[in-house]
Amino acid sequence: MSMEQLKYNLPSKIQQTNRDAVLVGVTASGNCEVLLEKGEDTAHCSVDIQTSARGFGQIWQAVLNDFAERKNAGGLKIEIHDVGATPAVVSLRLDQAIEAWENQHGQ
Amino acid sequence: MANSFLEASARERVQAVCDEGSFQEILKPSDRISSPHMALLEQPVAFDDGVVIGRATLGGAPVLVAAQEGEFLGGAIGEVHGAKMTALIAKAVKEKPRAVLLIFESGGVRLHEANAGLIAVSEIMRAVCAARAQGIQFIGLIGGAAGCFGGTGLIARCCDVLIMSEEGRLAMSGPEVIETVYGVEEFDSRDRALVWRVSGGKHRYVMGDIQALVADEVNAFRNAALAALDSGKVGFDLENLETEHAMLTQRLKQFGDCRDAKEIWQRLGLPSAEELALMPADEFVRATSVARDVARGAQ
Amino acid sequence: MNRDQVLDALFADLWKADCLEADHFYGRATVGNQQVTVIGTAEKAEVGADMALTMARVVIETIKQRPGEPIVFLLDTQGQRLRRRDELMGLNGYMAHLAKAVELARQRGHVIVSVVYGEAVSGGYISTGMMADACYALADAEIKVMNLPAMSRITKIPLDHLQALAKQSPVFSPGVENYLSMGHLDAVWEGNYAAQLAASIASLRAKSREEIGKDLRIERGIERGGRTAAGVVLERVLAK
Repeated sequence: MSMEQLKYNLPSKIQQTNRDAVLVGVTASGNCEVLLEKGEDTAHCSVDIQTSARGFGQIWQAVLNDFAERKNAGGLKIEIHDVGATPAVVSLRLDQAIEAWENQHGQ
Repeated sequence: MANSFLEASARERVQAVCDEGSFQEILKPSDRISSPHMALLEQPVAFDDGVVIGRATLGGAPVLVAAQEGEFLGGAIGEVHGAKMTALIAKAVKEKPRAVLLIFESGGVRLHEANAGLIAVSEIMRAVCAARAQGIQFIGLIGGAAGCFGGTGLIARCCDVLIMSEEGRLAMSGPEVIETVYGVEEFDSRDRALVWRVSGGKHRYVMGDIQALVADEVNAFRNAALAALDSGKVGFDLENLETEHAMLTQRLKQFGDCRDAKEIWQRLGLPSAEELALMPADEFVRATSVARDVARGAQ
Repeated sequence: MNRDQVLDALFADLWKADCLEADHFYGRATVGNQQVTVIGTAEKAEVGADMALTMARVVIETIKQRPGEPIVFLLDTQGQRLRRRDELMGLNGYMAHLAKAVELARQRGHVIVSVVYGEAVSGGYISTGMMADACYALADAEIKVMNLPAMSRITKIPLDHLQALAKQSPVFSPGVENYLSMGHLDAVWEGNYAAQLAASIASLRAKSREEIGKDLRIERGIERGGRTAAGVVLERVLAK
């Protein structure tokens, strides 16, 4: 299998950034792991994806647009290792990551 | 959080077994210490290379913990994964925690990094034994879907105490490999009941290879780990080695001609395999305790 | 090289067998002015529960009856025995028991040397030779986890891809050179094996127990360039 690298930069409402990095999910078939960290641009959420399922750029764009609209993700950086997770699973992981991020106490 | 140990991720198991909120990870995922070899093979990586390590407390006592993530490449040991475990044990020798908890879920050596994995297994085995000789207790937990096989199983059998659920498996080679080489008559890998009678927690418990059999619940594993810690059972010396040697010698004498745990259980005068299979862990432990002493040569 | 050839090359007629089966053997030999215990496998031996227990017994006897005597492992094995009966018996426990016996011998002051003279595969090697203080292999020997075609079938990575990558990295493919560059082997032997064994034992006996107790294979892997990631991990974990 060969990997595809994808990069996105999504406008999103600003999120608290004084939090520790959060990891959800596992790099496994039908799943993905999502690392959420403080980013550099408060008006955007940057997303880097390494995926074994090639050719799904548009679907990623749709899932990420939806995520960036529903959640406050501005100022965050996300890195994903994906092994063919469905859009529903990806969405779930992103939501889990943001929830874990927000549930932390501020530093 | 779900109660099943089997279904929990490595990180969830650490959180549930250790004292609440006590776990502090060493080498966080954001440090991105992952495998440098997978890119060449065009394989996906994990931020933590499939094992999470750190400090925690158990019943208030300081411990070091490692937990393997069975869903990432079957929890198999590669260069970084193995080095994290070796380094954790080196840290234990320096910091002298009460115990090291190893939550195993692994098929053995990661083929993509075969040589690094093999060497790492032997380094970890040496490190476990050397640390035990200095009085640091090693408690192993086995209950994941990927089982504990190959080199990882060898590491597990170097621990002071092993805690397994019925769902856990501990063996050298998997049934599929044996069937591939010698055929279905030798080992039908699709006969799940047989597979568990050869490598599962209940069989291993009666044989004396593990010290505690628990239900598939994170709380049950936690309680067994606390009990192990309380027992203070640790010792790497000639006396322990000779006791184990006697047990292993007796086992071949008594059961070396058997091909199925059913035959072993029958010889020990235990209830039928069907009845034993239905018993929950604590009932099974009660029902087999005398037979287990006979099997271990402990009378 | 077969069992009799390696015994002859190392010990000439200074070797006395206590057991000489086709697939395993043990006894005593003289190296320099020193008696040593020799334990070995032959004919690409399958290491099963019985054989592992036998070898462990010899190590335990050495610890009890011959304090401080060096132990030499000579290895030609195809790895663990692949039979249901051995798995039922708990083969991994027998192999770990043997490895623990070797570790105890080290803690009790016995120096331990292993030499792969044929093949050494996977579990059959871990439980014996890989626990030694100093591990060696003959230049024409083989050390591996699995051959490349089998590895290709299981990982689903095309064989020609694996073969090409094997040239760039020592991390997965069979070969004593890889185990040397990754820090596991002290050296690969050519020429006068007896002299090299004598030198190894002498050099180990000159070390303190504390020095011998240190497993320096990661450090060697860094020096030789075959295992740098492990070094980074070790350093960073110990710093925290």
